[in-house]
Amino acid sequence: MAMLRFAVFRLITMLSTLMVVSVFVYAIINLPPGDFLSNQINELRATGQSAGIAKAEFLRQEFSMDQPIWKQYMIWVGLVPGPHGFAGMLQGEFGWSFEFDKPVSELVGGALWMTILVNLAAVVFIYAVALPLGVLAAARSKTWIDYTSAFVGYLGLATPNFLLALILFYYGNRYLNLPIGGLMDPKFEGEPMSFEKMKSVLIHLIIPTFVIGTSGAAGMMQRLRANLLDELGKPYVETARAKGMRESSMLVKYPLRVAFNPFVADIGTLIPSLVSGSVLVSVVLGLQTIGPVLLQALKSQDVFLSAFVLMFVALLTLIGTLVSDLLLALLDPRIRFGGRER
Amino acid sequence: MSILPDGRFVDDAPYETDIGAEVRNAELDMSNARLLWLRFRKHKLGLISALFLLVSYLSLPFAGFISPYTPNERLEDYLYAPPQLVRLFHDGKFIGPHVYETQAEMDLESFSWKYVADTSSPAKLSFFCEGSDYKLSGFVPTDRHLFCAPEGATVFLLGSDRLGRDVFSRIMYGAQLSLTVGLVGITVSFLIGITLGSIAGYFGGFLDWSINRVIEILRSLPELPLWLALSAAVPSHWGPVAVFFIISIILGILDWPGLARAVRSKFLSLREEEFVRAAEMMGARPTRVISKHLLPNFLSHLIASATLSIPAMILGETALSYLGLGLRAPAVSWGVMLNDAQNLASIEIYWWTAIPMLPIVIVVLAFNFFGDGLRDAMDPNRS
Repeated sequence: MAMLRFAVFRLITMLSTLMVVSVFVYAIINLPPGDFLSNQINELRATGQSAGIAKAEFLRQEFSMDQPIWKQYMIWVGLVPGPHGFAGMLQGEFGWSFEFDKPVSELVGGALWMTILVNLAAVVFIYAVALPLGVLAAARSKTWIDYTSAFVGYLGLATPNFLLALILFYYGNRYLNLPIGGLMDPKFEGEPMSFEKMKSVLIHLIIPTFVIGTSGAAGMMQRLRANLLDELGKPYVETARAKGMRESSMLVKYPLRVAFNPFVADIGTLIPSLVSGSVLVSVVLGLQTIGPVLLQALKSQDVFLSAFVLMFVALLTLIGTLVSDLLLALLDPRIRFGGRER
Repeated sequence: MSILPDGRFVDDAPYETDIGAEVRNAELDMSNARLLWLRFRKHKLGLISALFLLVSYLSLPFAGFISPYTPNERLEDYLYAPPQLVRLFHDGKFIGPHVYETQAEMDLESFSWKYVADTSSPAKLSFFCEGSDYKLSGFVPTDRHLFCAPEGATVFLLGSDRLGRDVFSRIMYGAQLSLTVGLVGITVSFLIGITLGSIAGYFGGFLDWSINRVIEILRSLPELPLWLALSAAVPSHWGPVAVFFIISIILGILDWPGLARAVRSKFLSLREEEFVRAAEMMGARPTRVISKHLLPNFLSHLIASATLSIPAMILGETALSYLGLGLRAPAVSWGVMLNDAQNLASIEIYWWTAIPMLPIVIVVLAFNFFGDGLRDAMDPNRS
């Protein structure tokens, strides 16, 4: 029951955070002077094409771009009805991409799933790598395993993601025959999901996952190692050893259980950096996620498109934080819900 | 042996000095900075990194002098020229540092330029020679370069890029922007972080609550999309210097929450101490209590953690410039240079155009080791 109350409380916090974020996002997007439509109208005027102007003007009114900014924001969110019943995000309408002349939801539909897929794969990769390596590095601290993993970790931390991506692409293609670019074979695009398509997507995911995950995995591993080393010096470990417990089962049963909580909670700080990394890597590697869409929309001031992508990215990270909080509350009995008991 | 008036016996020999005690006392008398240095010195990797960073930053004003060419100087006959080796021996005889002249030839099979070295006549490098004009540290106009190639020959230590510009010279010039972007950014982040963090921690209440919410929101958002959005708002007609400052400020604006949080938590525990209450009772204003009594307690610790967040800013600048939203073309930074290397061709055929990656990796590593060493030195209890 307490757990449920905690979950609901966290959910409400998340939603209110999202509201604040939406103000941020809309303000930032509208920082540069001008917008896509007025730029287009100016351009059409300059080249003397009067036919297009009428359409652009119509779109401007239809999506209330001629209103003051605070009203635009209210309409975009859906707190105030727009002209002709144009509804905002709260009603499930995400606006129109002026550049591609399509509704935003239609434009980014597939990319959203791909973004989630890429980030999920990275999270799985990070935990799969960081957990065993971190434990190993702590259990065999100050040996070559420890030093090698620390060195590789530092290198992963220091190499710019996009370059790592390019280099791995090149060598992966050359020596392992991994495919270059995209998230699936072009022939599967627009096809319904099938086993073959799954396989193609998975193979294409290998390098992006590796690139996005490396720096996160390095940091995670180092923190797990440090936490475990702290625990290993404690008396209960000595007691367990003195009882004659096998080293490996002792390690998993006591110290790892304690060090595991911060390890899980780390996902909250991990996800924002993962999403950042995936945006960059997607642009470089040409993955069909929202990364390239965002870059393009920001450059051409396609307001609704970039605002939607930014909101989605924020939502993704907020959900990640929420999940980590809930997991931590489940895992760690020392965490109390709500206020102090009287 | 002499007898004092009160009847005690005292040996005439001088007191024996206790050597151990002297050393201990010396350590007690040392200034904080000296103690810090003694501990930091033990961290070999950190020490080497610190020296390397010191040399790098000190050489920034002399980038123009060290590099043989100016950053945007084009040698049209040498597009994508590979790196040239500086040799000391010609035909088994020592003749001093020299390079071989190279000539471009079109390879009609791969449709790329091949550079053939003419190994018969060595071109000796000249030192402190006259080259193209530049401004030393941005102020003193001069045309002296540390070394340059003789007439007719070229010296591309790290090859030349797509437009025939010397990669080595551009790396030297690029360092000026790439290395300082982190410093400017960290200054911004420091100012905001310390101000807001100390306000939240010292005053508490509603201020604390609202600052905390802002911190939470900023921390839960991915940085790069926000960087992208903010830097997309930079007007395109601004000059390189203005863009440089605004980019570093953007990098700093999103970095402060972590710092503010650290400052706040320290303040929460320190503000209850007696010395704070004493200062308050003597009539010190909050600004004085914060800046004179509270901040000095952990400023050194903050500096260490700031050192650790500089590399993130350097990488951030690189990423932004690489995506075309950071520094722009006439300006030279490592990210701008890598922008040229964003296709596979540059890695497979013209691998030297991706060389700017090396200084980035080295500098980021150096900052990490330096920061680690500093942190260990500040806090000897944690290993």
